Amino acid sequence: MSGKVIICRCNDVTVEEIEALIDEGVTDIEEIKRLLRIGMGPCQGRTCIPLVMAILARKTGKKPDEIPLPRARVPIRPVRVEVLVGGDDE
Amino acid sequence: MSKVAIIGGGIIGVATAYELAKLGEEVILFEKNYFGSGSTFRCATGIRAQFTDEANIRLMKYAVERWEKLEEELGFDINFRQTGYLFLATSEEEIEAFKNNIRLQNKFGVPTRLIDMDEAKEIVPILNTEPFLAGAWNPKDGKANPFKTLFAYLFRAKELGVDAREHTEVVGFEHEGDVITAVKFRSNGKVESVKVDAVLNAANAWAPLINEMAGLKRDLVPITAYKHQLVKTEPLERGQAEPLVCPPSWDDAYIIQDGEDGGIICGAGIEHRAKSLDDYEPTYDFLRGVLRYATMIAPPLRYAHIVRQWAGFYAKTPDKNPAIGKLLDNFYIAAGFSGHGFMMAPAVAQAMAELIAKGRSKVPLDWEWYDPYRFGRGELRSSAFQIG
Repeated sequence: MSGKVIICRCNDVTVEEIEALIDEGVTDIEEIKRLLRIGMGPCQGRTCIPLVMAILARKTGKKPDEIPLPRARVPIRPVRVEVLVGGDDE
Repeated sequence: MSKVAIIGGGIIGVATAYELAKLGEEVILFEKNYFGSGSTFRCATGIRAQFTDEANIRLMKYAVERWEKLEEELGFDINFRQTGYLFLATSEEEIEAFKNNIRLQNKFGVPTRLIDMDEAKEIVPILNTEPFLAGAWNPKDGKANPFKTLFAYLFRAKELGVDAREHTEVVGFEHEGDVITAVKFRSNGKVESVKVDAVLNAANAWAPLINEMAGLKRDLVPITAYKHQLVKTEPLERGQAEPLVCPPSWDDAYIIQDGEDGGIICGAGIEHRAKSLDDYEPTYDFLRGVLRYATMIAPPLRYAHIVRQWAGFYAKTPDKNPAIGKLLDNFYIAAGFSGHGFMMAPAVAQAMAELIAKGRSKVPLDWEWYDPYRFGRGELRSSAFQIG
């Protein structure tokens, strides 16, 4: 497995997979996110999204600030269900 | 060969583009945001033929048969799995209603049957059987990955020559009488136009805006955007809740294990009318409400972690049935899917493409039932069985 560079540690996505998808014409970060599940794991993209944006900037010639961030999802960190359902009205 | 413009890059627009290209038509597809950005990429993945009226049962029976072959046809892993839908009854009256629905579904070849709670527990090991009396179980219902399905259709459509443009907003039409002759669109701040022979409005929640551009009344097809929210847990061991499990009498709450990563998707009919067509903000009351139901259906979910919550639109018509058909001579609509667009797409896209290209279709789609002019005549259908 030498030479395999993991970009998303939650879902094991490699730089090769991201580059291959961009080469197929998928250059919107929201689409890359959903096809490869980057940013959809427990870390919510804190590790991988900046790296994906850098790859996207390099491959498309866009400046990083021209690439919109994917929409953030709540909760920011995983929350145990019982914390939410075991509230004061029960 | 004619040139067809499709407005809306969700599953209906993209799949119809593919079907039209297969029939040899030239297609230009417009999406004002990114592909799937409306309702498709926010859907809960479910596919079912368990409806309560003939039109929707027959359409979905056919759609499921297309789904079964779609992965092979499109040459792309779309993660279609027939893991079933399990509806749960909490009263004797509900069991009677289930029996009537099952009779109707069986009549059209959908193999739903009534099961007891022992069998239900075998199918869904984390199920709390105590509140429920019986289940309506169709093992042929299922789920697929909406992201991959949309792109599978899109990649094949492009190979067949479809000119697919995202971040390209349609801003108006040129007419000759009632006939649309060109579509005006904005791309990178510049307005251009393209000559077309026919137009399909597949903009779902945004469809009334497109109808208005075509010179029709905005509410000719009344579609209102309701926020349908979902909450997802961290991945759980496979097989815990593979079917969609729903007690309809509990606010249509449901759980379904995501076929892709194993997280449990939780939904419920706790709906908010969207403030605008950009209002995708999830709400805390939904999070609390849906998890209360989810943990009543499957108590072990108490110990799972929530990783994300999101909202999409149910683009609802007054009878929750979509508007599918012809609005003007060369202007068509397939919109207002009320939460059923993803599951219906393979059948509706084929029917719509055949209608546009040949004037008729072999898909068992009851055109009268889905007639887009029925609202104007005050002729509503029986409400399509919608969950969540």
